[in-house]
Order: sequence, then structure tokens, then C-alpha cells
Amino acid sequence: MTAATDAPQIDARRSGRWLYIASVVLLCAWVLVPLYFLFINTLSSPETVNSFPKGFVPEFDFGSLRFFAGFQGMIDALYNSVLVAVLTMIMSILIGAPAGYALSRFDFRGKELFRMLILLTRAFPLPLLALPLAVLFIRVGLDDTVFGLALVHTTLAIPFAVLITFSLFSGIPIELEEAAWTLGCTRLGAFTKVVLPLILPGITASAIFAFVISWNEVFAAAVLTIENRTLPAFLLQSLAESPLHLKFAGGFILVVPALIFIFAVRKYLFAMWGIANR
Amino acid sequence: MNARLLPYVLILPVTVFLCIFFLYPFVLVAQQAFGSDTGWSLDNFRDVVSHWKFSISLWNTLLLAAVVVPVQLALSLLMATMVSKMKRGRDLVLYVWTIPLGISDLAAGIIWLAIFEQSGFLNSMMHGLGFIDAPMNFISYQNMTMVFIAIALAEIWRATAIMLVILVAGIGLIPKEYYEAAEVFGASPWKRFLKITLPLLRPSLQTALVLRVILAFEVFAVVAALGGTLFPVLMGETYSYQFDLSNSGAAAAIALIILAISIASTLVILRALRVPKGATI
Repeated sequence: MTAATDAPQIDARRSGRWLYIASVVLLCAWVLVPLYFLFINTLSSPETVNSFPKGFVPEFDFGSLRFFAGFQGMIDALYNSVLVAVLTMIMSILIGAPAGYALSRFDFRGKELFRMLILLTRAFPLPLLALPLAVLFIRVGLDDTVFGLALVHTTLAIPFAVLITFSLFSGIPIELEEAAWTLGCTRLGAFTKVVLPLILPGITASAIFAFVISWNEVFAAAVLTIENRTLPAFLLQSLAESPLHLKFAGGFILVVPALIFIFAVRKYLFAMWGIANR
Repeated sequence: MNARLLPYVLILPVTVFLCIFFLYPFVLVAQQAFGSDTGWSLDNFRDVVSHWKFSISLWNTLLLAAVVVPVQLALSLLMATMVSKMKRGRDLVLYVWTIPLGISDLAAGIIWLAIFEQSGFLNSMMHGLGFIDAPMNFISYQNMTMVFIAIALAEIWRATAIMLVILVAGIGLIPKEYYEAAEVFGASPWKRFLKITLPLLRPSLQTALVLRVILAFEVFAVVAALGGTLFPVLMGETYSYQFDLSNSGAAAAIALIILAISIASTLVILRALRVPKGATI
């Protein structure tokens, strides 16, 4: 105590440090505690979920999850969700990555216009586009199909795919490719042998990001599908009549892949937004 | 292949795709909204706007955005500056703080439902502490303030991360020398934040705000999960016109209204936070 009064400045700095650490911990708790509550509810029996007051430790009862799995149509919805997300992932990379490569390697006329188009997509509430597409899809026979929904989700994911791959390709010096050319590789050969292996982890991250975008999307999914609903659409439409434990188990199933995926792509989250600022 | 042609070949798929699934639907949605049996008309808009729920849902959407976005801006700025000073544990803290980025709005609504529903954790906590004897019903029409608070909290919880990521990336771009120089001249941390971080962060703030505000006008599933029909918002009305009432003309009309609000606010943000000509970091 005497030391503290002798050196008030050190004391102030120390209390500032404690305040800092406390706020970091508090903000972490702000994110994690609600998730923990969902976790408790999911791992409790349906009776506990609907009872009062609640305990603050999970009882590790799989009744709610079993109810979820047995609920009519739920497993199909889960399957559809995975299918749409995988399709979205594949399409957005196949379509987006070449453009990312072009943006990083070439100066061409209309480049700025193209970048504008990509950035423009982020200035619009994209899920709304599902409304006209619902009509269009009926005309071309894509209504209520997994593929039709995947097309809409690809629109959501493509800007990200282009921007992430752009930043990834920009991180690989063109000299590497040029060296391969002088050693007799064709452009394609140099790309597959030199660039692709270096870029693969980043491409995977960007694919995972596309997966998450599709996995989480509610509005377009609910508008575009009737029989072949995805999990979020199914949950949304049964919100009014479904019991609490079903909602919580469903929410939990929605959250888990997202947690893992965000962990897997965390390195790339920042690279992509840093570039997107320019 | 010809090196002059190659870039165009490479961007062709994206361009075609976005033309079909991004630009063309805009034309379609406008056609749907303005179209009627007798050619062009404003009937759909008149129907939609004159409905008693419209002004409520418009007001709710705007109010929610006006409350949520400033809080998120402050919170994400605070978090971003805290992270930028961090030496140990930065990756872990950032991972935790960006977790909500991967969580869907529907799941976020359900998560906060676990807290606010009648047998939920807020009631349990208050009961445990002896504040109440019987659980209170937070989410009901008699308690609209609470409904609003629950939805606002869920939104803040869910979507602060997206701003945080953009701002952290932006702060990373600011050269450390500026801070060092300011420190030499004795600028306090607060002053450094005001005079260096904020002005140089303007492009990132622009991106973050545009993105966030547009998402705020799109708010839908959080509200559906938490408030149900208690708290009508524009996107929810669009959905019920399209799905429950099968009135795609009216749905398109509201969609265009949301679009107009989004574009207007984007322009305002871009203008308010514009980077002076010739200024670079």
C-alpha cells in the first residue's frame, strides 16, 4: 500500500492494465455466455428445457437432440442444407477464383468497372433478389430445387470468393510464375505446378467461407423452397409451432459447423477485408 | 492463349453470373413492383403503404438500426483498438470475438430466446438472486420495451463482429510511425485515437458502416425467432406478402422500398465519411 502511494503513476498504470484485462474478459464473456446457454439447453432433456428455474450446468442428456433428429423432415432439411452449401462452395470457387487471378495478374481495360460490379453487390440487400428469382425459377423449372437455391447463394458468396482469391494471388510473386515459364512451363502448367499448391490452403478457406454463407442464409432459402427446405428455412417456418427444445437443438446444429469453420478460416478473415477496403 | 484476351476470359464467368443473378433480378423486381394487369402502375406501392402494418414495420426497422448501429460502431472501435495493443493471446481473443460472424441470424435469435423466454436464463438468474418469485413474461405485447431490448441485444451480439473484422484490418494498415511520433510529442492515448486512428480509419469505417447499415435494414430472422409477429419489420413483411399471402407484387414493392432506403443510406455514409481528394495513408 505504501508503495502505491509513493508512486501514484505506477498505480494508475497498473489499474489501467487491470481495467483493460477486465474489459477483454468481459467482452469475451459477452460473446461466449449466450452460446453456453444454448449449449446447456441443447444438452438437456426436453422436460428440463421447458422447466423453471434452469440450472447453469448442462446435464448431458441427448433427449432434445434425439427429438430433433426424429422430427418429421428435419434430417432431410439438414441434408438439403449440406447439399446447397457444398454446391455453393464449388460454384463460387470455380467461378470466382479465375476472376481473382485476373484481377491480381493483369491490367486490362474495364478492370475498375469490374471491381465496381463486385463491390456493388455488397451495397445491396441481396436476399431480396430471391423474390424475382422465385418467379423466374418457376418459368425455367428450377423452383424448389437445391440447385436453384445454390445459384442464389453463389451470388452471395461470389464477391467474397473473388476478393479473397484476389488477395491470395496478389500475395504470390509473379516472378515465381515467370521462372516456371522460362523453364519451359506453359501458363497453365506454371499455374498448376507452382501457384496452385501455394494457394490451396487459402482457396480452402475461401470455399469454407462460401459454405458458411450458404449454411446460414435464411431469407432466400425460405422464399425459394417449399418441399426441399434447408435447415434454417425449416426452422424458420416451424418457429411458431415448434416446442422450445426443438428450436434450441436446431439452433445448436446451425451453430456448430459455423464455429469450426470460422476457426479454420480465421487467418484469412482479415486479409480479405483489408483488401476490400481499397 | 493470347495474353490480352486472357483476363477477359477469366472474368467472363463472374460477369455473366452476376448479370443473370444480380443485375437482371433488379429489372425483374422492378417489373413485379410496378407491373399490374393494366400495365405500369403504382397500385402495389399504394396497397403496401396504406396497410396499417407498414408504418409500424418501417418505424421499427429504422429505430432498430438507429439504436443498434451506433452501439456496434462504438463497441467495434473499442474492441479493435484493444486488440491492436494486445501482445499475448491476440489470436485467441480475436477468434472469440469473431465467432458471431459465422452464426446465422436465425441461430442468434434462438440463442437470445434461450435467455429471454419465460423459463429462460434471465428469469432463472433473477429467481436465483431472489429478485422475483415467479418467471416474468418478457416477450409479450404488454412488454414491448423488453421485446425491443432483446432484439437489439441479439443484433448487437451477432453483427458487431463484421465491423470489428473490417476495422481491425483497417487499423493494421495505419503505419506505426504515426503513433510513435505522437507519443514522442506527448499525445495521450485518447488524443492519439482521435487524431490518428479515427481520421486514417475513414475508408474502413465507410465500408463497415455501409455493410452494417444495409444488414440492419435486412433484419429478419432474429426478429422472427425472438419477437415473432410482435415486432413487425420490413423484411418480415416482405416475407409474409410473398409466402403467406402469395402477393409477389406487394412483396416486390416492399423490396424496392428497402432497396431505396439502403441506397440512400449508403450514399449518405459515403458522403459523410468521404476521404479528401489526394489524401493517402
